[in-house]
Amino acid sequence: MLATATTTIEPRLLAGQPFAAGAESWDQHRARLGELPRSPGLAGIIPSIERSGLIGRGGAGFPVGRKWRSVAERSRRGAVVVANGAEGEPRSAKDRALMHLRPHLVIDGGVLARAAIGADELVIYVGSEHGEAVRSMSRAIAERGGRDPVAIRLVEAPRGYISGESSAVVHYLNPRDARPTSALERPFERGVGSHPTLVQNVESLAHAALIARFGDAWYREAGRGRTRGTALVTVSGPVRFPGVHEIEYGITMADLVAMTGGATTEIGAILIGGYFGGWGSVRDLWGAPLDPVDLGEAGLGFGCGLIGLLEADACGVRATERIVRYMAAESARQCGPCIFGLGAMAAALDRLAIRRPLPDDLENLARWSAQIVGRGACHHPDGAAALLTSGLRVFGDDFDRHQRGHCAHPSPRAGED
Amino acid sequence: MAVSLHVDRIHCEGYGMCAELLPEAIELDDWGYPMIRDGVLPEHLGALAERAVEVCPVLALRLVSPERMRPTLQSRSLAPHTALRSQGGG
Repeated sequence: MLATATTTIEPRLLAGQPFAAGAESWDQHRARLGELPRSPGLAGIIPSIERSGLIGRGGAGFPVGRKWRSVAERSRRGAVVVANGAEGEPRSAKDRALMHLRPHLVIDGGVLARAAIGADELVIYVGSEHGEAVRSMSRAIAERGGRDPVAIRLVEAPRGYISGESSAVVHYLNPRDARPTSALERPFERGVGSHPTLVQNVESLAHAALIARFGDAWYREAGRGRTRGTALVTVSGPVRFPGVHEIEYGITMADLVAMTGGATTEIGAILIGGYFGGWGSVRDLWGAPLDPVDLGEAGLGFGCGLIGLLEADACGVRATERIVRYMAAESARQCGPCIFGLGAMAAALDRLAIRRPLPDDLENLARWSAQIVGRGACHHPDGAAALLTSGLRVFGDDFDRHQRGHCAHPSPRAGED
Repeated sequence: MAVSLHVDRIHCEGYGMCAELLPEAIELDDWGYPMIRDGVLPEHLGALAERAVEVCPVLALRLVSPERMRPTLQSRSLAPHTALRSQGGG
């Protein structure tokens, strides 16, 4: 399922037994990959991670080595590593799949990060709604029987889109309130129990665990363009094999669709990066590299690797409305611009999509989507605004028609969840 | 010393007194919440800005040094590797 003629690289995170075999046990994991190097073999791991070019997989794509270094420099007694597997993004499944199928790779990465930055504790933070992942991680911690040089604690993250945001993670692990905070200190400065805290996505940690074994040069062998390595993606929409795939950075969208067995109907637009990402047209994206650098230059982002394909006969206004409505409902309801701004956007989109629009709905949406940016304690409103901005651009003709009271799409419910 | 205005978005309740005192630097959005003009506060507005900080009924306005300001998603989308905070914690 992972390798085709156009994608030469072998899977890395998802190597080993087939998905259907379920979680890899600790014995199988060590037989396949060997032991994780221990300190002092770990001296130089931060420079090695830096040289690898590994970037974070939770959404922002920040360089992992630089993040570890900044926490290590601040690390004193009590520093904490959080392996973030909250995965609140509704259609993303790659983190839960990884935790379910390769739990020991995730734990290895956490153990490695803990040693690298000199932390005292490792917290595995798993979305409580991801039952298989919770059970698999919990079983894996038990299998290791405390033989790691660090205490490992499993914490179930409350359900919700925002609970994986890094300040929300820290907030939850303190007084158990998984809403973002407005503290100006970031988690790596002052996090869990006021200690420097490394919040790192579980996929990022799993890659780090492989780099510790095989080296940064090996890591860099994968990748067709500027960003090196492989990435997990979640593909949704009309392809034969939707779901989680491991790709080499830099393959094209056409390569990816071929990997997933091909499209089952004509595709009109692509949601890339998830609900925090944006819409792109098939014309612009089909031959473009799936590389965070290139996507960033095009005003899009790789985000958490969610690739949502929209049928050509589905209405882009409705598709955008559904996502913004969801984002408005998932607001932590702490900041005025997020509560009222996202609410107003969702209401205007609802009128445009399926009711009678007010004369200035479209004009207001364009204005609000610019005004809302940067005005929450976290980036939740920014994500909704960016998504809306991309929808207004990609589906511009559809939006104009809807403002005039028409929809050009023959099957009004197409693309409905 | 260069300073910027920072609004604690969680505590701000949209009283709008800051915008009345400092229209040169603060506008209100459609719901009455402040929008701060980007960048360093011009020096001649310093005294008014301090006054605005004092009169905020919920103490949500602060003067901070510019490097304490958080990067926005907009700046991130232009340079994808500059923001440490993220949905999902990187």
